Amino acid sequence: MFLINCPYCGERDQSEFSAGGEAHIVRPKQPTELSDDQWAEFLFMRKNIKGVQFERWNHAHGCRKWFNMVRDTSNDKIHAVYKMGEKPPIK
Amino acid sequence: MSKNLRITNNKFIDQTTKISFKFDGKTLYGFKGDTLASALLANNIHLVGRSFKYHRPRGIMACGSEEPNAIVQVGNDASITEPNTRATEIELYEGLEASSQNCWPSVNFDIGAVNNFFSPLIPAAFYYKTFMWPANFWKLYEYFIRKSAGLGKSPTEPDKDIYDHRYLHCDVLVVGGGISGIMAAKVAAKSNLNTVLIDDKNNLGGTTLFQKNECFKINSFYSNDWLRKEIETLNSLKNLTIKTRTSLAAYHSYNYLLARENLTDHLDLNEKRDKIRQRLWKIRAKKVIIATGAMERPLIFSNNDRPGIMLSSSIKKYIDYYGVKCGQKISLFTNNDSAYETAISLNNSGVIVNSVIDIRNKTNSLIVKQAEKLGIKIYWKSSVVNTSGYKKINSIEFMKLSDDATTVIGKKIKEKCDCLGISGGWTPRVHLFTQSGGKLKFRDVDNVFLPDKSELDQISIGSCNGDFELDDVIKNSVNLTNKFLKINNNDYENLEIISSKEIDKKNIWLLPSDKPLGKTKQFLDFQNDSTANDVKLALREGFKSIEHVKRYTTTGMATDQGKLSNMHALGIIAETAGVKMGELGTTTFRPPYTPLTFGTIVGRNVGEFFDTTRKTPIHEWHVENKAEFENVGQWKRAWYYPIGNENMHEAVQRESKAARDSAGILDASTLGKIDIQGSDASEFLNRIYTNAWSKLEIGKCRYGLMLNEDGMVYDDGVTTRLSENHYLMTTTTGGAANVLSKMEDYLQTEWPELDVYLTSVTDHYGTVSICGPNSKRILTKIIPDLDLSDKEFPHMSFKNALIDNIKCRVMRISFTGEHSYEINIQSSYAKSVWEKCFEAGKEFNITPYGTETMHLLRAEKGFIIAGQDTDGTMTPVDLQMDWIINKKKYDFIGKRSLYRSDTIREDRKQLVGLLTDDPNEILEEGAQIVSETNSQPVEMLGHVTSSYYSPNLNKSIALAVVKNGKKLKGQKMFVPMKDKNISVTITDTVFLDKENKRLNA
Ligand SMILES: [Zn+2]
Repeated sequence: MFLINCPYCGERDQSEFSAGGEAHIVRPKQPTELSDDQWAEFLFMRKNIKGVQFERWNHAHGCRKWFNMVRDTSNDKIHAVYKMGEKPPIK
Repeated sequence: MSKNLRITNNKFIDQTTKISFKFDGKTLYGFKGDTLASALLANNIHLVGRSFKYHRPRGIMACGSEEPNAIVQVGNDASITEPNTRATEIELYEGLEASSQNCWPSVNFDIGAVNNFFSPLIPAAFYYKTFMWPANFWKLYEYFIRKSAGLGKSPTEPDKDIYDHRYLHCDVLVVGGGISGIMAAKVAAKSNLNTVLIDDKNNLGGTTLFQKNECFKINSFYSNDWLRKEIETLNSLKNLTIKTRTSLAAYHSYNYLLARENLTDHLDLNEKRDKIRQRLWKIRAKKVIIATGAMERPLIFSNNDRPGIMLSSSIKKYIDYYGVKCGQKISLFTNNDSAYETAISLNNSGVIVNSVIDIRNKTNSLIVKQAEKLGIKIYWKSSVVNTSGYKKINSIEFMKLSDDATTVIGKKIKEKCDCLGISGGWTPRVHLFTQSGGKLKFRDVDNVFLPDKSELDQISIGSCNGDFELDDVIKNSVNLTNKFLKINNNDYENLEIISSKEIDKKNIWLLPSDKPLGKTKQFLDFQNDSTANDVKLALREGFKSIEHVKRYTTTGMATDQGKLSNMHALGIIAETAGVKMGELGTTTFRPPYTPLTFGTIVGRNVGEFFDTTRKTPIHEWHVENKAEFENVGQWKRAWYYPIGNENMHEAVQRESKAARDSAGILDASTLGKIDIQGSDASEFLNRIYTNAWSKLEIGKCRYGLMLNEDGMVYDDGVTTRLSENHYLMTTTTGGAANVLSKMEDYLQTEWPELDVYLTSVTDHYGTVSICGPNSKRILTKIIPDLDLSDKEFPHMSFKNALIDNIKCRVMRISFTGEHSYEINIQSSYAKSVWEKCFEAGKEFNITPYGTETMHLLRAEKGFIIAGQDTDGTMTPVDLQMDWIINKKKYDFIGKRSLYRSDTIREDRKQLVGLLTDDPNEILEEGAQIVSETNSQPVEMLGHVTSSYYSPNLNKSIALAVVKNGKKLKGQKMFVPMKDKNISVTITDTVFLDKENKRLNA
């Protein structure tokens, strides 16, 4: 059970949050212009990395805000937390 | 009680307070301060169980959590009996009842013991190999295996005890209250750090607490006296919290730890009542200091498992701490110096020490010299090759070791004894360290795995970190703690320490025997009965990974998780396979360190506290009117209202007819209600729903279908435009929370430019729905000044109104196909409005109906229930709801997916109606649909999603999803059941009032 530093509320227990999958997958602005393959790429394809991963999280039992997180999935170390729309502070 | 096994000058046991307890039905006595194990030993009871596979008699071996044999069932009440508890950890209390496990019919006469004589037939993985074939014989095998090899009995009644969870935050958590932990906690607390010290025993001090030996002195005090003074000073430290009887169960990442505190387990039966039994502490520690000590290893030789063979250090604790002699004539067998501490303690207490058998060549450490001075006989370079005595050891045989220690040579010496202490060196307790993700390193000189790298803010100190000598323990523990906490405490700088130092070390994992391997039984895992042979056999059969060997032989897989056996298993594998132990690695230590009862894990979250129960503001009325309830998510919804002896079917038939013939009333308060406001609210709805919203007039309602991005139907409901930029959305009862989350997600992450605010108002409003041809007359009685004409208040529109001067919103919408109204009013008034409607409707025989009737009525009209007729694989086209997709809209959630190659397939499963040939035959929901019944296997074309007997149509109706169903209208199908095939015809989904005449009736 890790601690997450919500960018709006501060450090809280993991149980207050829910994970929302890979971050920085932008919904296409013009879906109708995409081929089936391109749309499927957006819709279904997600990375599942052992190591540093960019993720979406929601402070579901708190401020209900969505934000991004850089987490190492092998040891749950959180390298950065940043608001939606912001650029990742690390690569 | 056998008086002569108890020594009297002992300060840890209160020999003035006698305690009676029962073991295997026999009443025995012990003293306050005893454990069940020490009390049994004082009663000369060693035999406490049978081994798992061979049913060999087994005795108490240890004095703590690593005990493999003395596993007992405590209590005989069906609700509080607890299996798999270690007698060595149970504090004796008045009224304690315990019994041996894994023996049938009794510990002294065990039918399964016949396995012992057949043992050459029971090698590693015997159960896997033998009972796998023939497969249908398993039931027979299982009966005998289960009967003869159970590991205790589970309670059959709900647990009556109370358990608790609490959070704890601290700067420093010290785990283990031995000498290292005490010093570390003191150093931390004196530096103004909020410190917590926990220990699983009832008092602090560890093994030093009873270490009274000339060879271990601090500032000219015996080490036990010195430590006692240290413990006394702890009380004055206000930053220090001490929790005894608290064992650490799990160490997770981010220094999140779980500890179980025993609050009443040690109390007398009558004192336990109504108190919290155990508390689970959820600890967040900034820094963690692990000081969990080490445990003694056994030695692996032939017949090393007889009752009376015990760990040497445990024999020492029983005599020095509990004042109990484990025997009258004790032999000791060792590969290191610590057995000499036991020899000296026994000697000082007047117990005969036959001899110490030491596999090493002569060594001259301080403690060995001390033992020699006391006249204790030592056989150097010797090894025990066999033991005798069935239910209790009565003699040992030992021989000289060859120079290379691979064989035994010379004359066999037989020595009579009633107890044998064995010591194979020490294993640091690194379990918590590895649980937390720490990596181990191997130290060759004494064959120990030690903490190496950790990602967390933690250190290990004392013997769990590989310091086994008193002076090293003190010096290194303080230095490491200082460095770790970045402080500079010098309280322990100038101590004068006398400590015997071990000079010579020697280790043989599997001791040589005068008999060939295979004719001997050298036990590794005492609880799971795996031997050195089993491990060697597994290697011969090709197993290489330690994890595989462990599973194949079950070594280390019993309730003690191989605390005693793991190191020897590793050592034998390494030796046999010719690899270095450090390269072999260890098996994974998983939490909990010692078993946790389920009660502790769930805490207060049982019974009515297991989950939130949501009740509507009208709930009490339903209760008073004898409604049966159904759970919908967390909601309790009125299901049906039986009158007299009506069963569910009869009640639902009556309710359904009344609603269509005159008037029905439904509590719809559980429907999700989301208030949507903002200048972009219309645009937002355009993107969320499949249909268009911009042109919806103020005061009008519209039905909407919500899809997932993959095009599948997700939720549905009616949304009302209250004003230009203000909507009220309704969702399904179960979907409300998810719909709100999903919409928030899109607003925050994809469309942050939209000016929209979402608020859940489900609990703020109660909803009373009245339907049927008389609903208009009833509403007129309640709100006389509201014009209910079709022109002023048509279907799918809304009005603000006042009932007794209380504002409410009235929607003319219908889920039943009848003329109907929904009144939304502030929750606190909902029940009185309901009662008003009921009163006003009496002259029309207004009938309350529940969810079952609601489902029936909507099925007559072919209205779907998202989640019942859809399952996440249905598109609106599959539901034959093409009309709700606005093709002109540029985009909405899921739109692009509606013309993926898979979603435009024509042979997808589609929603259809089903009519049974026999109108009285009601289909089972979930039943399969096939087109023919003769061939096998038969293709499953679909299944029934909703099925009812319609009292308004006098026939059975059903909705179903069927492959290519749209094109199969009019075709015959079959619903195969266990005893018959039911003939059905595929129809349209609307069964009643296809022209929607009733809406305006
Ligand atoms: Zn937050």
